[in-house]
Amino acid sequence: MKKMYKVVIPGDFISEDVNRAGEGTYIEEGKVYAMRYGVVDDKDEIKVVPFVGKYQPAKGDVVIGRITEISFPYWIVDIASPYEARLHMSEVTSGGKKRVEFGSMHTYLDIDDLIVAKVTNTDALMRIDLGLMEDFQLGGGGRLITIPHTKVPRIIGRKGSMIRMLKEKCNCFIFVAKNGRIWIKGKEEDMNLASEVILMIAHEAHTSGLTDRVADFLNSYRRIGDTGRG
Amino acid sequence: MKEEGIELIKDGKRLDGRGFDELRPIKIEVGVLKRADGSCYFELGDNKVIAAVYGPREMHPRHAQDAKMAVLKYRYNMAPFSVDERKRPGPDRRSVEISKVSREALEPVIIKEFYPKTEIDVYVEILQSDAGTRTAGINAASIALADAGIPMKDLVSSVAVGKIDGEVVLDLNAVEDNYGEADMPIAMIARRNTITALQMDGRMTKDEFEKGLKLAMNACQQIYELQRTALIERYSEM
Repeated sequence: MKKMYKVVIPGDFISEDVNRAGEGTYIEEGKVYAMRYGVVDDKDEIKVVPFVGKYQPAKGDVVIGRITEISFPYWIVDIASPYEARLHMSEVTSGGKKRVEFGSMHTYLDIDDLIVAKVTNTDALMRIDLGLMEDFQLGGGGRLITIPHTKVPRIIGRKGSMIRMLKEKCNCFIFVAKNGRIWIKGKEEDMNLASEVILMIAHEAHTSGLTDRVADFLNSYRRIGDTGRG
Repeated sequence: MKEEGIELIKDGKRLDGRGFDELRPIKIEVGVLKRADGSCYFELGDNKVIAAVYGPREMHPRHAQDAKMAVLKYRYNMAPFSVDERKRPGPDRRSVEISKVSREALEPVIIKEFYPKTEIDVYVEILQSDAGTRTAGINAASIALADAGIPMKDLVSSVAVGKIDGEVVLDLNAVEDNYGEADMPIAMIARRNTITALQMDGRMTKDEFEKGLKLAMNACQQIYELQRTALIERYSEM
């Protein structure tokens, strides 16, 4: 039997403990109410974790982006958010020592390229600036899957327990970005397993005991797989 | 509005057998559209409507953006086959008005400050119509907005009351609407009894108005419970 977290809808009364009110809640007349459709997380502070929602970039987040446009001296990057982000030319030229000629930016990063980047700045005009991470380029036989960004903490698990298990059992390189995009790289069948399990976690993110269930699933899968291979 | 010769109340019952304070049967399904961020299918008697929510997403045209908050857009649209006589497709005076009124009915509950410069699109398609489509549309849109993860203070529920054969009744159907004396659609935040939209077509006395309002408030409570159940159950059955 799967245990459920408490599901709330906007306007649901959650608590009278105003001091612990956190994300996804609002306070009215000394009471805490839900602001979003999701589940209640009542550990340190009272939060509502929404089932879905649009990613809101915050400084320091590491995201996977896709180049959508080249507009000198910026690359315009889609980061699965309502706001497009920009990456300055100097990010690829080691601090501006090399010069990138006008019209040759596509030789560094072209449209549709996937990159790993960190949000370096956001401002009131919702301009999002990115900086490249080391090993920023994604490509060459990997696979990108997308889940609601609100479920990223579930994929990672407490102190990284879930993601560690996934990497180990699926034999894959897995990179989870804050904006809900996940990069998987490995053998075809390993990637199939990894994406299946990740989607399963996202689908059942609101139930508890998930890590154990995923472990059972992975163990039984491996056992069948092993006997199959002889 | 009253035309000759149609008896709308017989032996204390309405033509479809309902009592004066009875709603038509309601059916709700959440998340029916895969590509939308949030969606809801809503039936109110013979009304069948579907609501889809997209966003918050980048707003175009850019000059219409609001630097401080998201912009809510609402489109009420009737399918050509939704009524007996084919409706000419596309927006007309009536649907533009309903879109505006419905948008303003939902705006008070939506917290728009979280996503400046974006737009939230609500599309309400009327697949089959039998009077009261704007109220069904608001009910559906409210659920679809929650389903899309939009930050909101509460849900909005909506119902119409009216006057037929001199009696104040709840939730008019098409015949009652056409041959009755008055029709009054109301939208409210059910738990706070806050009215967010109210229109009236026809004539009612002050007493009748108050009686109607009371009927509507009770009905909105019932509708709210159904909306809530539909959303909660979506994630309980797995």
